[in-house]
Amino acid sequence: MNAKKVMGLAVTSVMAASLVAGCGTSNNKADNNTQGGTTGGKKMTIAMVTDVGGIHDNSFNQSANEGLDRASKDLGIEKKVAESKRAEDYTPNLNSFVKGGNTDLTWGIGFLMADDIKKVALANPNSKLAIIDSDLSGDIPKNVEAVTFNENEGSFLMGVLAAKMSKTHKVGFVGGVKFALIEKFEYGFKAGVKAVDPTAQVTAVYADAFDKPDKGKLLASQLYQQGDDIIFHAAGATGDGVFAEAKERGAGYWVIGVDRDQYDLAPKNTLSSMVKRVDNAVYDVAKDLQAGKFEGGTVRTFSLKDGGVDYAPTTKNNTPQDVITLMDDYKKKIIDGSIKVPATADEFNNFK
Amino acid sequence: MISSMQTSRWNAILIPVLAVILGLIVGGLLMLLMGYNPIVGYSSVFQGIFGNMYFMGETLRAVTPLIFAGLAVAFAFRTGLFNIGVEGQFIIGQLAAAWVGAFWTLPTGLHAAVAILVAMIASGLYGGFAGWLKARLGVHEVITTIMLNYVALFAANWTIRTYLIGASERSKDILPSASLQAQWLSDLFEGARINWGLLLALIFALVCYWLLMKTTTGYELRAVGFNPHAAEYAGMNVSKNIFLSMLISGALAGIGGATDVLGVNGNMAISAGFTGIGFDGIAVALIGNNNPFGVIFGALLFGGLSFGADNMQRVEGIPTESIQIVISMVIYFVAAASVVNWLLGKFRRRQGVSQK
Repeated sequence: MNAKKVMGLAVTSVMAASLVAGCGTSNNKADNNTQGGTTGGKKMTIAMVTDVGGIHDNSFNQSANEGLDRASKDLGIEKKVAESKRAEDYTPNLNSFVKGGNTDLTWGIGFLMADDIKKVALANPNSKLAIIDSDLSGDIPKNVEAVTFNENEGSFLMGVLAAKMSKTHKVGFVGGVKFALIEKFEYGFKAGVKAVDPTAQVTAVYADAFDKPDKGKLLASQLYQQGDDIIFHAAGATGDGVFAEAKERGAGYWVIGVDRDQYDLAPKNTLSSMVKRVDNAVYDVAKDLQAGKFEGGTVRTFSLKDGGVDYAPTTKNNTPQDVITLMDDYKKKIIDGSIKVPATADEFNNFK
Repeated sequence: MISSMQTSRWNAILIPVLAVILGLIVGGLLMLLMGYNPIVGYSSVFQGIFGNMYFMGETLRAVTPLIFAGLAVAFAFRTGLFNIGVEGQFIIGQLAAAWVGAFWTLPTGLHAAVAILVAMIASGLYGGFAGWLKARLGVHEVITTIMLNYVALFAANWTIRTYLIGASERSKDILPSASLQAQWLSDLFEGARINWGLLLALIFALVCYWLLMKTTTGYELRAVGFNPHAAEYAGMNVSKNIFLSMLISGALAGIGGATDVLGVNGNMAISAGFTGIGFDGIAVALIGNNNPFGVIFGALLFGGLSFGADNMQRVEGIPTESIQIVISMVIYFVAAASVVNWLLGKFRRRQGVSQK
């Protein structure tokens, strides 16, 4: 067969195949329309723009996506997603949903999008937007709902757990990048340790990356080497390396996961995970929106009180009941306000 | 009968175009395999580029840094140097521009020019350092520039955090006097962040062409690229040319970084990872056949497809990975030009035969 024929064949096969696929997709669409629940005849559309992590980041983007999936299943909303490849894509991604006019709410996932959300919201006052993990420095446009989490509270419980379980009285923290958001995890954790065991030593290190498991593994190895026996990570995919290192070292080397229940990454080495229910937040906002409620211009904070942050249910697998009871005691104290958990270095230095 | 000279010039244009078509076909097949309709997919990509003025403006905004990165890679390549450090030099340019833009006070216009100049010098020296290491100590530029990328990224993060910090994990906003944005231009494109950087990119493409093709310096640089031993035998200073080539290459990357800060973001964010622009520049230079004008074409293609592809996901829910595959296939076919050449040769020969 000669080159010309090959090319011709390739072109025709693509065209023929795309005809078939064309039928396939249009059928799918018809199915979706009949299945999807509708409210008042018009289906609500909620869009989300991820930050550069994308929807498979094992972290808040993924969690937000799961929340929207649940909303589209239970509430019958239509979901649209745009994954940003780099920071410059945030604004065009947000704009294309907002300016398209068919979107009832557009989410920006992650504080890195704060400036973009604010600008887009001000330029399009009739649209509705929402952001995860940022209070927009307190200056929130009327058409934006800001959602934040008290990660420091959940991390405090992890500190209590670590201080109680450590045999060496040395524990470690691996952060992704030294952002104020990640410092909330660090100082919440440190405060928890301090509350239970003031003499225990906490070493906090940062990988300067959320996407480098190899670096997480190296840092974990250094921490374990210097005698730390429990490591809490808040480092996205970098934290996968912490789990890998603990697994390799075997019994006695513990990890505390973050964002979602990470027990499955190393069942024999995972003490607990500080879960952050971005999915619940996204779902709740969708539900409210469907009920005609939208709290524009305000910050909605999810905390221990409403289960927005908490320890994972699998904690009981490797943690004795008395330690869990102690965690629950502290949890009550945080909820009733008798302990105020620090979120920054300054607050931590003044803590007790 | 076509002379061989003409054939090769014709091929330089034909091969990338054919590569694009082949890439689109293979990408379309892959979309089919993934269960999506390629015609719907490609038309939403097209909409995402040309759908309205806003998208067109944003596409050009996305293309601008790619032109600079492509020029930087292509320029070094002409001297036989593989500058993988464009990414790092781009970051240094961003950093320098963010510093000058936010902390110096100068009149409007001049401020932007000075910021770009400082970025050029900083990035030029940064690239030149790798060139010097190669020229003086014989350290391979691929190794040094890869490593210098990391140095640039982490040093920039540290510098922003320590000295330049503004609101929410980014450097302080640049002063309006240093901005490369033009209100009327942005209004024309429905608020897109297209800016003077694009014009600068086109000007520097011309400058590169002139420098490489019309000056003695350019002749020497290219001669070293063709054959350093012959160049040395002919009395050219190979070490000097290696250094100079990396210096200019770095400076080009630096202007790209500067326009990104001064024209688009207005500040520089602490970054958990590379921008990717420097690496994309390698692909752009390859598509553009290391020719300054080819680079513009390559950047338009690469930036356009990449930016337009986001629309595919937004509208049709097709994962953007599929367009990344298309782009990869295009690059593959350009790189494997011999395959395309061979196909072309067969094609021509057949035509020749049938004409007889």
